Amino acid sequence: MRHALDQNIGIFRRMFASPLAGILNILVIGIALSLPAGMYLLLQNAQGLVEKLSDTPQISLFMNTESKPDDIDKLRKQLEQHPAIARVEFVPRAQALEQLKQSTGLADVIGGLQQNPLPDAFTVYPKRSAAQSLDELRTELAKLPKVELAQLDSEWAYKLEALLKFGRVVVLILASLLSLALVAITFNTIRLQILTQREEIEVSKLIGATNGFIRRPFLYFGAMQGLLGGITAWLIITVSLLLLNYQLGTLAHLYASQFTLHPLSLGDSLTLLLFSMYLGWLGAWLSVARHLSQIEPH
Amino acid sequence: MIKFNQVHKRYPGGYQALKNVSFEIAGGEMVFLTGHSGAGKSTLLKLIAAIERPNLGSVLVNHQNVGVLKSRALPFLRRNLGIIFQDHKLLFDRNVFDNVLLPLQICGFDYRESHKRVRAALDKVGLLKREKSNPIALSGGEQQRLCIARAIVNRPSILLADEPTGNLDAEYAQEIMAIFNAFHQVGATLVISTHDESVLQNTGLRVLSLKHGELQT
Repeated sequence: MRHALDQNIGIFRRMFASPLAGILNILVIGIALSLPAGMYLLLQNAQGLVEKLSDTPQISLFMNTESKPDDIDKLRKQLEQHPAIARVEFVPRAQALEQLKQSTGLADVIGGLQQNPLPDAFTVYPKRSAAQSLDELRTELAKLPKVELAQLDSEWAYKLEALLKFGRVVVLILASLLSLALVAITFNTIRLQILTQREEIEVSKLIGATNGFIRRPFLYFGAMQGLLGGITAWLIITVSLLLLNYQLGTLAHLYASQFTLHPLSLGDSLTLLLFSMYLGWLGAWLSVARHLSQIEPH
Repeated sequence: MIKFNQVHKRYPGGYQALKNVSFEIAGGEMVFLTGHSGAGKSTLLKLIAAIERPNLGSVLVNHQNVGVLKSRALPFLRRNLGIIFQDHKLLFDRNVFDNVLLPLQICGFDYRESHKRVRAALDKVGLLKREKSNPIALSGGEQQRLCIARAIVNRPSILLADEPTGNLDAEYAQEIMAIFNAFHQVGATLVISTHDESVLQNTGLRVLSLKHGELQT
């Protein structure tokens, strides 16, 4: 076991024998991995937002500005008896204005208005949240008398979800290509390593080293380089996220929202590290399989 | 221990290095291999270590036909052999101690035990005080002795030496022959190639003489 340890120390010594080249390699791998992983993280966050919004779908019914209290009462009864509607909430125009003042920080602008531009509105909570039934309900409600506009609040969330599906494919393609690049980088690094250690390999073979013994340090090297690249990617993502969240904090404060980006989960972080380590190992393995057999002592 | 049976070796390109070579070396024997430069001495040693393979005939080492050995079995043959190379094949990226340690690392020796053995081998060749030096700082004779230390450190039963006294002066050559003798005393089989007939005088040991790839009788 001590020998294995010695061998590993040897690997690190070699890795940092040319520190610049080693660090550059790790950096390249880190950047290559941080792109798809970072995009994945953003998608993940957007997905969370979509789920939160489409969990409780609402339809806003905006009344015609000429509608009278009678019309409103009639409509309320009609809505309450509708079989597809769970709950109805009436939002008088004065209250809507008040809410707008409080929530968006536009009090000054609104205070300067001479009359309330907002209509009376109903917030309708449907019983079912399937996209199609929501759409049917919205169309039906829009046809009711004195209703100016029926708006499905979560509609953009569905559009966003479709967009996210597209984004996921982009991430998948990007991840595949950059993984391939990572394998290629390791393949080449190990090829150079093998060339510079040609003598040692030859001598080792002459004094009875098995192929496994010769292969092992290169595989460790590849896996280690992959792992360090993965850690670099993780650091890039985490630091970027902190910067983004800092800016987002000021932005969200202006809009009186609490939205922040969530960091990579523990599971995702581990997956990233293990995956990059595996890719490094794979690149090393391919390189060793290709180049080691060409070195035979004479 | 080592048995050549009508061995022919022709290199790619047509050069015939060995022609119909047959001999037998018993266990514990010390044998010299002589001949002019290019007579096939190195080739013969390489055939024993399966670094080269014969085109015809068989090479038996410990009753094993090494000429047809599978490549995955080669390491285990070579662990039984100590080889002293003409060009030393030392590694200059590590110190004297680590050069000698390499065969033991390869065989997976225990850490403590292997360090003891490396020191013993270095002591035997008189390099114990240089263990921290880089081999490049050693003289030709010292490099040769380092190569011997590496060959004997895992106590092989067969020692092959290719021109071990090649370009050393008489005094150094004497030292090295003394080391081989000591190894012979403890029962190892040795095959030592040399073109220097002077070291053979008064040894009373068997001499295999090669001329243009053929064994002279």
